[in-house]
Amino acid sequence: MATAGLPWWRNRRLIPWLVQAGVGLAVLVLVAFLVTNLVRNLTAAGLLLSWSWLDNPAGFDIAETWLPFDAGLPYWRGLLAGLVNTLRVVVLGLVGSTLLGTLAGTASFSGNALLRSLARVYVEVIRNVPLLLQLVFWYFVVFLQLPNGSAAIQIPGLVLAKSGLYLGQPELVNGVWQASMRVSVEFGALLTGLVVYTGAFIAEVVRGGVAAVPAGQWEAARSLGFSPLQTLRSIVLPQALRAIVPGLNSQYISLAKNSSLAVACGYTDLYSVAETTLNQTGRAVEVVLILLGSYLVIDLTISALMNGLNQLVQLKER
Amino acid sequence: MDSPLLRRLRRDLFATPLDGLISIVLVVALAASAAGLLHWALVQAQWAVIQANSTLFAVGRYPLDQQWRLWLLTILLAAATGLSWGLLRALPRPDRPARLWPFNDRLAAVLLAGLALGLPLLLRLGTAIQLRWWVITALLLLARWAAGRWGRRIPDPVRRWIPLIWPLLYLLGMVLISGGLGLVNVSPSEWGGLLLTLLEASFAILLCFPLGVLLALGRRSALPLLRWGAVLYIEFIRGAPLITLLFLGQNILGFLLPGGLAPERVWRAAWVLTFFAAAYVAEAVRSGLAAVPLGQLEAARSLGLAMPQALIHVVLPQALRVALPATVGQFITLLQDTTLLSLIGLLDLLGTARTVMANPAFLGKNAEVYLVLAVLFWGCCAALGLGSRALETRLNTHSTAKA
Repeated sequence: MATAGLPWWRNRRLIPWLVQAGVGLAVLVLVAFLVTNLVRNLTAAGLLLSWSWLDNPAGFDIAETWLPFDAGLPYWRGLLAGLVNTLRVVVLGLVGSTLLGTLAGTASFSGNALLRSLARVYVEVIRNVPLLLQLVFWYFVVFLQLPNGSAAIQIPGLVLAKSGLYLGQPELVNGVWQASMRVSVEFGALLTGLVVYTGAFIAEVVRGGVAAVPAGQWEAARSLGFSPLQTLRSIVLPQALRAIVPGLNSQYISLAKNSSLAVACGYTDLYSVAETTLNQTGRAVEVVLILLGSYLVIDLTISALMNGLNQLVQLKER
Repeated sequence: MDSPLLRRLRRDLFATPLDGLISIVLVVALAASAAGLLHWALVQAQWAVIQANSTLFAVGRYPLDQQWRLWLLTILLAAATGLSWGLLRALPRPDRPARLWPFNDRLAAVLLAGLALGLPLLLRLGTAIQLRWWVITALLLLARWAAGRWGRRIPDPVRRWIPLIWPLLYLLGMVLISGGLGLVNVSPSEWGGLLLTLLEASFAILLCFPLGVLLALGRRSALPLLRWGAVLYIEFIRGAPLITLLFLGQNILGFLLPGGLAPERVWRAAWVLTFFAAAYVAEAVRSGLAAVPLGQLEAARSLGLAMPQALIHVVLPQALRVALPATVGQFITLLQDTTLLSLIGLLDLLGTARTVMANPAFLGKNAEVYLVLAVLFWGCCAALGLGSRALETRLNTHSTAKA
């Protein structure tokens, strides 16, 4: 290529380097500007990056934890308890929304027109209403309106009362429910909201995956004498899973991130503890770093697990 | 016993005994819940909480003596909507039949008139406000009719500039809302309700789109520095929950900028929403870019177009058409995400609702308020979704007509 006669701004090899150098320089200058300000402002406020405050006693209580926690324990224990609370709702939410989503997704292939349209309405209503609105609705309108005492809603093995949700063999002792396992209504509202919301998105993923299986597969299975349920379970779903698993991955990650809205229904998750910690210590930068890092690790873990699952369901080729 | 209706019923609902059982159970359950809901809405619910606070829900604590500015803006918006709507019908694409009042338009006009007549009455707004809504709706329909009737007579050079009224109106709206140019300043902390929700959403939607396109181009760029920069940004944003980023915006932005330069809390949130949504729009646009064959770019380049020209005139128009549904999906999510502002203490629709319900006079009216908000959001999001689908078909017909 004759480059001798060309002016430098038409030079095909030089331009990419110039563009990159320009963008890189601009980003570097911006970052340097921000960091200098950050350091100067933090120094002025006496809040320069430090992690020793994590060992100070927290001084606040958490209503419901799996990790034992009280106000005398250090901040890091509080944040850890919040993280465990987040993980609890995420794990149960993943299971619940997968079940609900699969149910609603397969219902849209039912022979029953009413069931089909019901699944459609569910998806269209839930996806077009903000999750936060749904969460406060579940908490304030449904769970906080539950009756207490003997008027509580009793299902064998489960009692729903305003004082909590009781599992196992709940029994009424002096007007108070007792059971081997109790969760708060805050947790119940958050879990219900997340499961119902994510379930609608998973239903769409499942529907898309099942619709991607050629109709001939259904017909072939039916003509071999499989019942509709058998066809779905042993012929269609294994094939549909190949399209479903990648879609599930992003929905699971959304669920994990959406669990940070717990504060709206009074459940103390990681974000909620972090907010309280910031209010008490003023350590904004450290708290945000902890938050971002924790959610990143949760997202990456889900992604890694789902990628493993994806390799399991993909077509094995010799 | 063999009418088509019966046959359809049997096929759809009673094909097998199990189907029949499911149908009966569902019908009973649906009827019971519908009856319960109707009874609640008509007998038990106390809608006074909505009626008494309708201004608060609409504009928040916007000063009463300055609210004429918002009415003026609504009038201008109605006129511009009517004008654009009428012109779209009067001047259709050359390859489509010209119909001034297609069925959908007549339906929309009737619905609009019905809403304008019914809703203010239902909310028992004052007579003066009722009258204003009627005039505004009449103006919209009148503008629609006039633009449809005489749109063809507008000379071509003028016609070309008409779309510009929208950006101009947006800027004018900003001035009307916040003040300046001789108007009294209204601080952003006094904006609220639907006004704040729409303002934040429209601001973020307008700005996140160009940002998202740039990020998507960066992610597919051959230049490693641009590519890695875009990947890093997109993955960082997509890995974090929005609430932590809003939290970051409220608590750390002040440290990152020299003293006094950090914007108002309302604007901080708007910028965070913008930068957040840009990463998701970038992913939508990237899938559109991936659908454009590489040969298109190569052909454009070998015809002598420079890289920016090739992207703007050849690649992006095709990519954006493919990316349209996903992009609008992101806009809908963004509109819903504005509710998170209530968690950082801003008075958007949901935040206003929470302050209203903290008022002892309206304690425990959660169901009424949240239901109305849900219907409102559902309406907006469903309408956006329908609009996107309509636009999609329109763009697709265009491409096949040309092929």
